[in-house]
This record gives sequence, structure tokens and C-alpha cells, in this order.
Amino acid sequence: MTLYILRRLLTGLVLALLVTFITFLLLGSSFEAAAYTILGPSATPQSVADLMNARGWDRPLVVQYFEWLLHAVQGDFGVSVYTSLPVAPSVIQRLLVTLSLIVPALLITAVLSTLLGVWAASRGGAADRTAQVISLVGYIVPGLLLAIGLVVIFSVQLKWLPATGFTPLTDDPLAWVRSITIPVIVLVVGGVANLAAQVRGRMIDELRRDYVRTLRTRGVSTSSIVIRHALRNAGSPALTVLSLEFISMFGSSLIIENVFALPGYGSFAFNASLQGDIPVIMAITAFGVLLVFVVNLITDLANGWLNPKARVQ
Amino acid sequence: MTLPNDPTTRTVRVPGTEAIATATRSSRTPVWKKLLRDPQAVITISLLVIIVLLGLLTPFLTSHGPNQTDLNAINAPVGTPGFLLGADESGRDIFARLLHSINTAVIAALLGTSVALVVGVLGGLVGGYFGRITQSATEWIFSLIMTFPGVLLLIILMPVTRGDYRPTMLIFGVLLAPGIYRIVRNLVLGVKNELYVDAARVSGLGNLRILGRHVLFVVRGPIIIAAAFLAGTSIGVQSGLAFLGVGSIEIPSFGAMIASGFRNLYIAPTQFLWPSLLLGVITASLVLLGNSLRDAFEGAKPKAARIGAAPSTERTAGADEAVDARNLVEIRNLAIAYPQASGGIAEVVRGVDLKINRGEVVGLVGESGSGKSQTAFATLGVLPNEAIITSGSIVFDGQELVGLSEARMRTLRGREIAYIPQEPMSNLDPSYRVGVQLVEGVRSSSSMSKAEAKDLVLSLLARVGIADPQRTFDSYPHEISGGMAQRALIAGAVASRPKLLIADEPTTALDVTVQAEILDLLRDLQAELDMAVLLVTHNFGVVADVCDRIAVMQNGSIVEAGTTLEIFDHPQHPYTQMLLGSILEEESVRADAPPAAVEGDTK
Repeated sequence: MTLYILRRLLTGLVLALLVTFITFLLLGSSFEAAAYTILGPSATPQSVADLMNARGWDRPLVVQYFEWLLHAVQGDFGVSVYTSLPVAPSVIQRLLVTLSLIVPALLITAVLSTLLGVWAASRGGAADRTAQVISLVGYIVPGLLLAIGLVVIFSVQLKWLPATGFTPLTDDPLAWVRSITIPVIVLVVGGVANLAAQVRGRMIDELRRDYVRTLRTRGVSTSSIVIRHALRNAGSPALTVLSLEFISMFGSSLIIENVFALPGYGSFAFNASLQGDIPVIMAITAFGVLLVFVVNLITDLANGWLNPKARVQ
Repeated sequence: MTLPNDPTTRTVRVPGTEAIATATRSSRTPVWKKLLRDPQAVITISLLVIIVLLGLLTPFLTSHGPNQTDLNAINAPVGTPGFLLGADESGRDIFARLLHSINTAVIAALLGTSVALVVGVLGGLVGGYFGRITQSATEWIFSLIMTFPGVLLLIILMPVTRGDYRPTMLIFGVLLAPGIYRIVRNLVLGVKNELYVDAARVSGLGNLRILGRHVLFVVRGPIIIAAAFLAGTSIGVQSGLAFLGVGSIEIPSFGAMIASGFRNLYIAPTQFLWPSLLLGVITASLVLLGNSLRDAFEGAKPKAARIGAAPSTERTAGADEAVDARNLVEIRNLAIAYPQASGGIAEVVRGVDLKINRGEVVGLVGESGSGKSQTAFATLGVLPNEAIITSGSIVFDGQELVGLSEARMRTLRGREIAYIPQEPMSNLDPSYRVGVQLVEGVRSSSSMSKAEAKDLVLSLLARVGIADPQRTFDSYPHEISGGMAQRALIAGAVASRPKLLIADEPTTALDVTVQAEILDLLRDLQAELDMAVLLVTHNFGVVADVCDRIAVMQNGSIVEAGTTLEIFDHPQHPYTQMLLGSILEEESVRADAPPAAVEGDTK
């Protein structure tokens, strides 16, 4: 198990290095553009060259990357090119806003999908058809349109929920719940559509396995067979899907946040990219990779717990 | 929108070798014919064709440019002369912008999909066909691509793409590639093991031609299916990014139109409606078309069904005759059928009569597919849900089992009828320790406490010949050998001292040396507990050792029955003679080989 975790840690580390390095290389061409933006209309080739020299942007990219990396591993992500404020605190603050959408959405998705998938697979018939229709509808409605549709109904027409804005959980829990309700619903609809279908499929496969029949011949109750045995075995692959769902939700929320004017990761990344604020972009990338890394690690640990074979591999 | 159908992050259902088989088989009925019969496919394809045509015919349908503004037409309502669907906040014609947006969406879909397909297919071919190192390297690269949130990357790379949707979609195509890669690689791995590739290699075809001819042919179905979903995802993401404001405002797109309509929501709600409607129709059509394509290419997936639902029964007369009390089991005129894809039903067991006395060992002999296992499962009440008992009766210890409720059947199964399976490994739940599973079985069929059940299981494990019962008790199934697993399953089966033990090919999956030991164990336990045993097997050698009586099954019917001596000395039916003959020839060579189906087809 330790070896397994170590290997996953190593893979994650390489992933982080590779993604940040490639991003840095790709951004390399835009250093000059950033200098022009900073200097504004009065920029001349000479002043741009001077600024690039002063900031060290004219050095080889590899050297600059390793300098960035050296500071980053010590928690120093530099300062914004435009505001001169330290990058890390604002990135973390924006990430927390987005996470406060995704984490509840993911938990609700996991619970609903498990219930729906298990119900459909173990009951069959009308239950199964209902679950499939729910999945299909969730699948074909674009999240962006659903978000706007819900805002029109619940915020504009009924005025039950705020249309825009965000209250941090620590300020006012109730206002926080109200501010994330619609975005979370949108994320859950999309998530359940995918995950419930996956749980259903895995459960159907699992319930057709030989050990299920053998357990039945021993008089083991149906509920134990479905929940203790089949669901547990279906759980391990479903968990992998859930971790991918997290990443998918992260991507979706970047766009959906915009509908609600939430000060999340998406608008932050968008503005930084628009301005070519390279230290901010690099920090956003690094934290994005870190997040993926943590999610994968949690998934691996949970898989090891669920699946005895994974522990020895 | 990226939500549900974002294959960068969605695991694509990976077809195994069966899917390869079905894909190849279903190619006999042309896929387009199946699609034409499916209204969902016809409607979605028509909608998509109409929409794409509208986009292509843009110059003929409108005289307005997508960015041409008319200050007099700002927020013009629907139906304003010259502005069919009205105009937006800058006085641009909404109808014209919709048409141009279609073209943007089509280009986005083409770019994203084709890059994903090219990268994914090439990666899959390379990763699946070549050696281990190439294989793990490609696997690593693609899982790396898959784990990164694509939309974030596209936003971050705006300085590189300058926000232009075309390079953006090219990058997005790469991010979509892992889904395709997985499909292709798994199919290639499957195909590689199929004989025809080996044969092609032997006959001197080069590697590239092998890949080209065989693999791409097999792979085309899943790829066409995936392409529909990829196109939908590409359009969704392009719209989402445009909605965010990524890219030039000069490019008309659904996302930009939705954003503009959203800003104007209170003033002119319909402005938001048109692009949303069209985008919704396009993405929904692509998803639904993908589903139709999947059905057409891959056929029906296994259906969900209620567990333990008693099989549908259509009992017929003849079942109610007086039952001989000496018989523990009396099966009369049993027939089992399965519904066919074509609509009818196919009988796999018909007119089976079988009696088992108390304490008697009866062998049910036949080749695989002869219906012997189905007969055994019917007696246990664990037939698959789709099975139908079309006629007959099974009386166990004076009680009719056909049509018995699942709850009553369950108490019988745990206590009085027990079962030993063929393949020991797949019959243990891989997630639980062996002991835990056995204890659960014991406690389900008795009122024992956990500690009592554990003691019983440990003593039974010792009884079935396991040297270190505690260790096996604490092991996971993958940690013990097949022979050990079979012993553990036998221990679980006899725990409740059943009156009837049904053993379905109990030695077939085991090593030859272990087979004899397991048979000895069964014989000893049978004598010790005075159980009746129904031994289902294809192997006359096994039957000769342990059975009092034998019934021979072929094509769903019992063709001959009698005492072991009678059958061995004077086999009447040619099929029995053939089976006996084949064991005499093969016994010394392959003790576990199923008898060859040479004359099996005397239908």
C-alpha cells in the first residue's frame, strides 16, 4: 500500500512539473505582449526592451522556469505584474469560492447517483426506465442554458434566490447556501446524468456475477447482496468516474460562475489571461494541478480501501 | 457547455472483445438500415442536416452581415421588417447572426472532433499494437492529458491562442483525445489477440497493413459513435468560452449571442431565447444521435432486472399428480425458455423428469449447453431473471418450488438446498475476506451469533481439509488457490447440513491433482451428512466414481437415465455411447476436457 501511494505521489509530482513547464514555455511568447500592455500607448521598442531586461524576461525560458519553480516550492508565487500584490493569497481565495460550489455539488451528485443507479439496476422495469430518462435529460440540456433558465425562473420571476453574488460560508452560512443553490443544482444535474448511468451500468454488471448467485444460494438477503456486495464492488470503478467528474465540474464551474458573477477561479483565470499577467497565470496553473493531484490521491486511497487487490498492486 | 458530455473527463464505456464480436457480427445487417428504422436517428440526423444547410446557405438567406449594426434597429422586436428575429443591443440582425453562428459551431465541431480522432486513433494504434514500453508511455501521456481540467487550460492559454476559437478548438481536440485513445487501444489489444491478426502476420503482411485492414475496420463503429459526442462537446465548449468572452467579439457564435441576450434579459428576453434554442437543439441532437448510433452499432446492452424476482411461470397440468414421499426431489416435465431478440422464446430445457431420493447421489451428465446447469439453477431458484419456466413442477421435500416466493425460497436455499459452483474464484466476492463471506451465509440461514458462526466456519474449513483454517478465514479470495477456494465454498455449502447439495461441475476448473481430492471430500461429506447430491458434470469419469444413478442430457432433454452400472454396462442411447467412448479415449490425455461435440448435432 505504501509503495502504491508513493508511486502515485511520484506520478503526481511529474504531472505537476510537466504541466507547469509546458504552460510556461507556451506563455513564453507573450512576455513581450505583457510588457507592451504594462507600458501602455507610450511603449516604444526601446522601453519594452528595457522593461523586459529589468524584469529578467529576456533570459532563456528554462532559466526563468526554474527560478519560478524554486520560489514556488517555497510558497512564493511572486507578485502580479499589474497590481504588484502577492499572487498566492488571491489565487487561494478565488479557488475557495469555486471549491465551495464544487464540493457540495460533488457530494450531492455522489449520493443521488448512487441511489438512482442502484435503484435502477436492482429493480429494473419502470425504475430503470425512469433513471435512464433522468440521465438522458440531464445529458442533453446544456449546463449554461440550464443555469440561465434557473436564474430566470427562481431569481428574476420568483425572486426566491439571488441572481448574482457570493457570500462566503464563514460570513453567513444561510446566505452562502442561497448564493450557491442554483449553480450547485446546475452542476448536480450534469453530474448525476453521467454518474448515475455509470453506477447503473456497473451495478448491472456486478449483479450478473457468479458470486451474487452463490450468495443467493446461501440465503443471503437481497439487500445485503445489492448493497454490501454488488455496490461495494461497483464502487471502485464508480469512484474513478467520480474523480473525473470532479475535474469535469471544475471545468464547468469556470463557465457557470460567470452567469452568477461569482468571484471564482474562472473569472480570475480569464482576467489574468486577458491581461497576460504571467505570474498569476502560472499560480493558477500550479494550483489547478495541485487540486487535480489531491483529488486523484484521495481517489486512490479510497480505492485502496474499497478494493483489496489495489492494495497489493 | 462542458457539463455532462465532456469526454476529456468522462470515462467512455470501453467495449471489450465481446463488443468486437458484436461489431463484426452486426456489420452483416447494414448499420444505415438500422438507423433508418430508428425514428430518433432519423429525426436527429434530419435536424442536423437542416441546420448545417442553413449555415451553408447563409449568403442566400440574409443580406445582413453578422457584425453589421443599424442604430435604428437596437433591440428591435421579432418581426421588425428586415429583422426577422429582431436585432440585438447593438442593432445587429439576430437571424443573420444565428446563421453565422451555425458556421462557427460547425467549424468548431469539425476542428475539435478531427483533432481528437486523429490524435486518439494514432495514440491508440501505437499504444495498443507495439511493445510494453511504448504501451505504458502512451498510457501515461494520455492519462496525463485526461486529468487536467481542459477548460482551465484553454483559458490560461488565451495569450497563446489570442482567443481565436480555431486554435483553441485544436488544443481542445487534443484534450478530448484520451477518450478515443482508450477505445482504440482496448480494441487493438483485443484484436491483436484474435487469430486473424496472427494469421495475417504469418501470411507475411506488414504491420501497417495489419493495422489498417483489421483494426480500423473493427474500430470504426465506436469511433463514429464517439464522434457524435465529441462534436457536441466541442460545440458546447466553444459556446461556453465565447459566453465567457474568450475570443474576438467579431466572431459570431451562440456563446457570444447568449451572453449578449443574457445582459439584455430584462429588456428583451427573446434575444436570449433564439441562440439558446438552436444551441440546445444541436447539442441534444448530437447526443441523441450518438445514442442511436451506439444502439445500431453495438446492439442492446444487458438490461437491469429485479434481483430474485421469481421467474415467470406458466404452469401446466400434469404437475399436480401425487408425489412419492420417498423422493426428496421430484422434477416433472420441466421446461425452461429464454426470450429471443427476435421476439419469440427459445426453450433450453424441455420435458425434464428427474427424481432424487434422500441420501442419493445423482449425476446429471451432458455437454455445455445441454440444459443441465439450467435444470440445477431452476431447482435452486436462481435462474436468471429473463428465464421463463414454461411448464413443469419441482417438488422438494413435499413442497412445490415453481412459483414459490423469493422470501420462502431464500429460507429453503440457505438451510436445505446448498450449491457448489464450477469456477471457485468468480464465486467468491473479491472485496471481502473468505471468512466474512462464509459467516454471512451461515448467519443468513440460522440464528447463530457472530462468534458461533465463526467457530462453525473455522471448524468446517478444517473439516474440508484446509491446513490453516484461521489463515484462509482471514484471506481475501485473490490470496488463495483455486483448490482452496473450492474447499472454502464447499464448507460454506454444507454449513447448514443441507438435505440436498447441488454441485455444478465442482471439479472442472481445478487442477487434475486437486480434482480427485475434491471428489473424495464430496463423497465423504455426503456419507457423513447423509445428503442427497445432484452432481452436474460433463465428465463420465467423475460420475462413475461417486454417483448412484445417472441421467444423460442432450439439447435440453434427458435422453437416458438409470443406475450407474446400467448406464456404463449397457448404454442405450447413441449419445450416451458417444460420451462414454470419448472419455475412454481421452481420459488419459485430458482428464478435464469436455467431450467433443462430434455427433452432438443429431437434432
